[in-house]
Amino acid sequence: MSLSKQHELHQRRFGRNLAVGVILAGLIAIVFGLTVVKVTGGDYQTPATQSVSQ
Amino acid sequence: MTDTSIPSQPYSAANEAGFGDYFALLKPRVMTLVVFTAFVGLLAAPTPVHPFVGFCAILFIAIGGGASGALNMWWDADIDAVMKRTRRRPIPAGKVTGADAFGIGIALSAFSVVFLGLATNWVAAGLLAFTIFFYVVIYTMWLKRWTPQNIVIGGAAGAFPPMIGWAAATGGVSIESVLMFCLTFMWTPPHFWALALFMRKDYDNADVPMLTVTHGRRATRIHILAYTVLLAVLALAAGFTSIGGPVYIATAVVLNAMFLRGAVQIWRRDEDMSEADNFRVERKFFKLSLLYLFAHFGAILVEAGFDKFGVWA
Repeated sequence: MSLSKQHELHQRRFGRNLAVGVILAGLIAIVFGLTVVKVTGGDYQTPATQSVSQ
Repeated sequence: MTDTSIPSQPYSAANEAGFGDYFALLKPRVMTLVVFTAFVGLLAAPTPVHPFVGFCAILFIAIGGGASGALNMWWDADIDAVMKRTRRRPIPAGKVTGADAFGIGIALSAFSVVFLGLATNWVAAGLLAFTIFFYVVIYTMWLKRWTPQNIVIGGAAGAFPPMIGWAAATGGVSIESVLMFCLTFMWTPPHFWALALFMRKDYDNADVPMLTVTHGRRATRIHILAYTVLLAVLALAAGFTSIGGPVYIATAVVLNAMFLRGAVQIWRRDEDMSEADNFRVERKFFKLSLLYLFAHFGAILVEAGFDKFGVWA
């Protein structure tokens, strides 16, 4: 028995796999978006260093 | 989820879980209430939140609520299989295994708490973690099958989302967020006891100690009235805090008058009267309770919008 290129299993689970893909893409977008908001919002700004005047 | 394992039961492609079955584990209908009340809590808070952070906060609170729903379905699969209302849920329907539901619930719980903490603050994350723990361990595992006050205590879990939303914005807890908690907390018992009055066979069959079963239907009617009176007091009190205002007070006066009228009607009726008209008043009260909660939180949302645009200033 030869394996067909597109197995019946792939067709049956297409919706499920597509949804997992969309969720993973959404997770990446959320992490990226939060990073941009936090960094530009100054949440992780390091305190300014004071120069010692001679 | 278990693609590489050898199935122990005869394989059935027709019974294979689709994405919708996994999504159903998260109790999407309950999630709408969680999303809505958390959104109101977040917007009613005096501290502004970046829109994207606010969106993420609501999403993580919803995922946390969904995770606790999945864990609840994992634990309660035996009861769900017996009750007509729940027997088509993914686990009793044979679509998803209990182990899968448990895995999804635990993973999403951890994910939602950690991400809420990272996106907002750890007070909000701590409240979300406590909510999940309370709903799954205190309510589902311990009290639901043990005490007829299960609905009262379980209602607390559903009441936390506006408090979490508020904490996500402010980083703390205040009288306003406690009152929003109380609104849902006091609303839950009359809402579910009205349901239990006309869905009685379900709870009888499942052997869940609902008040209708343990203390009788007369006692349930008295309890509905008592909780509705307390709810009315709390709902009106919230109108005089910073989350209230003319729109909220007007909404609260009208809806609490209607709700109290319904509770008095339920209290005055006996089983013969209810059987005669197929629980018409109890069903009407249950439907009104849905409108009641959404209208109160909707009014808080409107007031928050007015505050932001300086309408009452």
